[in-house]
Amino acid sequence: MSVLPGLILVPLVAAFVIALAGENLRRLGAGLIVAVSGFLAVFSLRLGLGLQGTIQYTSGHGKLPGLMLMVDGLSAFMLCVMNLVAFFVAIYSVAYARKYVGQWKFFCLFSLFLTGINGVLIAGDLFNLYLFLEVVAVTSYFLVAFGTDAEGLEASFKYAVMGAVASAFILLGLALFYLYAGTLNLPDMASVIMLRGVSKPILFIIVLFIMGFGLKASFVPFHAWLPYAHSAAPAPVSAMLSGVSIKVLGLYAISRLFFNVIGINPQIAWTFITIGTISMVAASTLAFAQTDLKRLYAYSSIGQVGYIALGLGIGTPMAISGALLHLMNHSFSKSLLFLASGRIEEAMGTRDIRKIEGLTATEPVAGYGTLVGALSISGMPPFGGFWSKFMIIFGCVQGGHPVFAMIAAFTAILTLAYYFRALSPVLFGVERAKPAKRAGALIAVPLSALAILALIGSCILFPGPFNRLFNEASRTLLSGPQYLSQFSVGFKS
Amino acid sequence: MLTYFLCLVLFCVGLYAVLRKRNIIKIIIGIGIIEYAVNLFFVLGGYRIGSRSPIEAVDQVILNKVDPMPQAFASVSIVVGLALTVLLVTVGIRIYEKYGTFDITRINKLKG
Repeated sequence: MSVLPGLILVPLVAAFVIALAGENLRRLGAGLIVAVSGFLAVFSLRLGLGLQGTIQYTSGHGKLPGLMLMVDGLSAFMLCVMNLVAFFVAIYSVAYARKYVGQWKFFCLFSLFLTGINGVLIAGDLFNLYLFLEVVAVTSYFLVAFGTDAEGLEASFKYAVMGAVASAFILLGLALFYLYAGTLNLPDMASVIMLRGVSKPILFIIVLFIMGFGLKASFVPFHAWLPYAHSAAPAPVSAMLSGVSIKVLGLYAISRLFFNVIGINPQIAWTFITIGTISMVAASTLAFAQTDLKRLYAYSSIGQVGYIALGLGIGTPMAISGALLHLMNHSFSKSLLFLASGRIEEAMGTRDIRKIEGLTATEPVAGYGTLVGALSISGMPPFGGFWSKFMIIFGCVQGGHPVFAMIAAFTAILTLAYYFRALSPVLFGVERAKPAKRAGALIAVPLSALAILALIGSCILFPGPFNRLFNEASRTLLSGPQYLSQFSVGFKS
Repeated sequence: MLTYFLCLVLFCVGLYAVLRKRNIIKIIIGIGIIEYAVNLFFVLGGYRIGSRSPIEAVDQVILNKVDPMPQAFASVSIVVGLALTVLLVTVGIRIYEKYGTFDITRINKLKG
């Protein structure tokens, strides 16, 4: 009996329990969501640190194809990072959701969101991946509109329409893949492609997948939904969307499919490099014009996703490790920034950066949290983000692309510039004589914990159990379809 | 071959509705059409001419049977589509309450 289904079943059952208890047991939802996300975080850390090879689980029996779940280095690494972030966001959301009437609905949707995230990460066949992706997508459309204010509803509708079209493209690609290969099991798909090579139908499927998953990851031609959804959503939801959802639905799914199933070739690599560079430069330029705090963070998210795509496209071991490390650092620091922005909005009554001043004095927890997050994302030396950006830039030079290394370095300076321009008056401006209400423990603890993680995140480069997991993750990506096809259980062609 | 082409036409009709129509309800219908086109394509791909459903009795062997997997996948994806449609219609109603219009070009409080 494997333990893997627990990762999906625990939050799923919790969602049903919260929905059944409903209004009757108000405290239950808040307690249960913290307990469940804490359990998931501890469980995935234990799973990741004790991982030997891979863990597989297949339901069903005989000829019938069953649900296949699989955890290898990459998914274990992602599970640890994402569940850790989700745990702190869950603690914060207990305090944040107090202002809503139907709190239990928020926690119920949050729990379903966790189900989907864990499901995508451990899915061993493409259809389950698609299914859990839709679970995350539909719950996040609901969560964006949870405040039912005009902006939230508008953002939710636009996000849902674009997301639905992207899902249709993914499903079309999946259908074509099934008709071409006769299987949707990821290891079997890898074997089929290794046997037949990348033919013309596969190229068409690649295009469909880049459109579909690229929209979920918000690469630049497909990024239009992100500034709407991230700025209009409630703060914990923005943190989950930016810190978890675009990483798992977009980047994890893309790297799993293109590195381990289809196999990277020069065309795909150049597509990643081009999209990544355009995302970096365009988003960093657009971010200068923003006056809304959350929109600024949203554009910065697009830019950092561009860095990760660039690192994946370059494809040297250094660049891929850098991309994974940047994914982790950005997850920690961007959820920190969004959670802090929620606190700032509550305290100051606005998100307009021209109207907020002197945060470090009046609102120390949110102020210093924002400072740490911004410094980490813009890549100042002691913070986590510096090491990952450095690794990506160094990887570009190593891989023989000095031009892209220069663009990436230039964009890093641009990032620092727009954060400095926007945030220096916000954080250190003239102090207003406004008595600060102290942030409660439910807000202070997750913010401080995420700030510490953003600061020391890159310490996983030093030898130790976390380093082993991290190396295992980048080795999974580097070893390509050969790695995945060894788990193939035989296929009909 | 014609059926596949008609599937593509259906997909494009849905895409046209999503991209060009200004009424929220028409956009939702467009998304429905896109989903139907993809599901139809999936089921069509698993069909073989002159074959029957793969439900076998105990001592029976069916030589020509359709591929059951696309049908299973399509039925799951129809359920996902239902959830999405419910969400979109709900949000559409709430948008009408807030903005007093179904016109997507006039629902623009968020500046881009």
